[in-house]
Amino acid sequence: MGDLVGSEWFRLVIGLVIVLAFSQLNALFLVWLERKVAGHIQLRIGPKEVGPFGILQTIVDGIKLVGKELITPLSADRKLFVIAPVLVFMPVLVGFLVLPFGPDLIIRDMNLGVLLIFAFSAFTVLAILAGGWAANNKYALLGAIRSVAQNVAYEIPLLLAALSVVLMVQSMNFGQIVQAQGKIWFIFLQPVAGLIYLICATAETNRAPFDIPEAESELVAGFHTEYSGMRFGLFFLAEYTNMFIVSAVATSLFFGGWHGPFGFALGLPGVVWFLLKTYILIFVIMWVRWTFPRLRFDQLMNFAWKVMIQLALANLIATAAVLKFV
Amino acid sequence: MAEPFAQPIVQHIYSLNLGPQHPSTHGVLRVLLDLDGEFIVKADPIVGYGHRGHEKMGENRAYKQFMPNTSRMDYLSGMIYNHGFALAVEKLAGIEVPLRAQYIREIRSELNRISSHLLWFGTYVMDLGGFTPFLYAFDDRENILDILDRVSGSRLTYSYCRFGGVNRDLDPNFVDTTRAFVARLRSRFPDYENMVTKNIIFINRTRDVGVITPELARQYAVTGPNLRACGIAFDTRKTEPYELYDRFDFEVPTGTRGDALDRYYVRMEEMVQSCRIIEQALDQLPDGPYRNTKVPFPLTPPKGEVYFAFESARGQAAYYLVSDGSECPYRCHIRVPSFGNLHVLTEVLRGTLVADAISILGSVDLVIPEIDR
Repeated sequence: MGDLVGSEWFRLVIGLVIVLAFSQLNALFLVWLERKVAGHIQLRIGPKEVGPFGILQTIVDGIKLVGKELITPLSADRKLFVIAPVLVFMPVLVGFLVLPFGPDLIIRDMNLGVLLIFAFSAFTVLAILAGGWAANNKYALLGAIRSVAQNVAYEIPLLLAALSVVLMVQSMNFGQIVQAQGKIWFIFLQPVAGLIYLICATAETNRAPFDIPEAESELVAGFHTEYSGMRFGLFFLAEYTNMFIVSAVATSLFFGGWHGPFGFALGLPGVVWFLLKTYILIFVIMWVRWTFPRLRFDQLMNFAWKVMIQLALANLIATAAVLKFV
Repeated sequence: MAEPFAQPIVQHIYSLNLGPQHPSTHGVLRVLLDLDGEFIVKADPIVGYGHRGHEKMGENRAYKQFMPNTSRMDYLSGMIYNHGFALAVEKLAGIEVPLRAQYIREIRSELNRISSHLLWFGTYVMDLGGFTPFLYAFDDRENILDILDRVSGSRLTYSYCRFGGVNRDLDPNFVDTTRAFVARLRSRFPDYENMVTKNIIFINRTRDVGVITPELARQYAVTGPNLRACGIAFDTRKTEPYELYDRFDFEVPTGTRGDALDRYYVRMEEMVQSCRIIEQALDQLPDGPYRNTKVPFPLTPPKGEVYFAFESARGQAAYYLVSDGSECPYRCHIRVPSFGNLHVLTEVLRGTLVADAISILGSVDLVIPEIDR
């Protein structure tokens, strides 16, 4: 029995259950938070009727979504259409495996954690393309095409920014990266990379002002135009869970993970610091969404290829040079 | 066996229906787009989904019975259309209007113009993806609607004008609340400027997008802010002043490039000018009767015709009425600005991106029921 509890498999299974529960609850909470934040930015108060401060509103909405009919358009590619929402949620779950919530709160402390998380988040594009293509709808297809182009473009500076940090620590292990930030967070040593990461992460999660793939005023709902019920719900949950993951990665790469500011933990456990910083970053992403209009597609691509990649490359080379010669 | 060098037939161009049910066509506009990738090869606006036969209705009922219809064509500047219709019939029948009534109508028309522009501002920025300014604009617009509502009992479809005056006198608070509102709106303009006008993304989305040249504007009879954005200072309130517009000091803002950004600037500046008109009118507002009580009933204008043009929030609108001496007009035709403003887009949209099409469609400020009427 002791063997079982201590075994890697047991840890994984328990971890997955916790991750599933956490990611769903977290997504529900984030949807509620987004509506509240948006409300207060827009001179409204947001949901308030269901439960205290309307916190149960998203649960009720979720139940409504589950109860809705799953419509599959006649001309759709059935298999692909059904599998796409599942595909979009799967990589998001994998991401949780390597996130360092606290010094001992990592489900799987892998040496290639950073690589794994970026590799799997790139997988989301495939799901979006599949969903957009399978729906056999022009708006959905346009949204999917845009999404692929955008994600591919923004993945490069995103990786380059993360690579600068990896170079400094000489490790792709999240635990070690966070440990290296005990005194000074990397955002102070790598401000450019941090900024690039945040911008690209917003683009990666298709959030405004980079929400071109689902630009509702142009493409109705983009790649998930034809989805209904919980299939739509999965895309929706994936977006919010994705937002959590990119913010959590930003926290561990640039904002000191479970460490308090400048080594002062103030008596709070690491996981509290980690979640606090993650939710603050999420709040910033929401704040940006409700403040800015949307970029045009070609402007967005120009920004990625002509500005972000150059900047990230220059930053990477500078980091390498400093590490080598100083 | 297939020919070894046969070229596959590749169809690059596909068509996309933008509307009639689409989040940003505002109403029931359908634009049939021929696309090459995301570039527009051909844009064909299809109108008529909201046809209700207003002109025919006008010919089948007494003049005053047509008044409610007039605010239902352009539902965003209903007061201005009421006002125009009253002026047209008064000109046709030679009815005198007391001075106070003229001031009241004009103040309300200008308030209506501001509310229409505010709604345009909000929805336009929303089309471009910024949701928050929309609610700020609606907050301000709500105040106008309250002011207008308190006098006429209606938020959009006022039917407030009567031949020879207005339906009811102003309520005692009207002057104070209107003054307070104008002051409040003035204090909000810097907010709008910081939020939208100076926003780099907004400027990128609108600058040099959807340029309407002065020649094109003349060809398609584009009027209103869209025309003024090309640099032609044509405003019916200035060129053919009706009612009391020649008594007030206001400017006609114009642009230089004729793009979406200029149309935005012109509309924002027009709100400031409308505020000026309202303030001057409130200062001069005389006491006296609000309605000419000597209007004959039933009203039978003498034989003849009248073409009366006025400036709605979207451009020059006009009523053409022919009287055969009976209770109903023999012919009732309405010129609406949105028709020309929409059809110029067949030329403007060519070669732009779908994202630009949304920006351009929004920037010309269309009200589709006005076109279909």
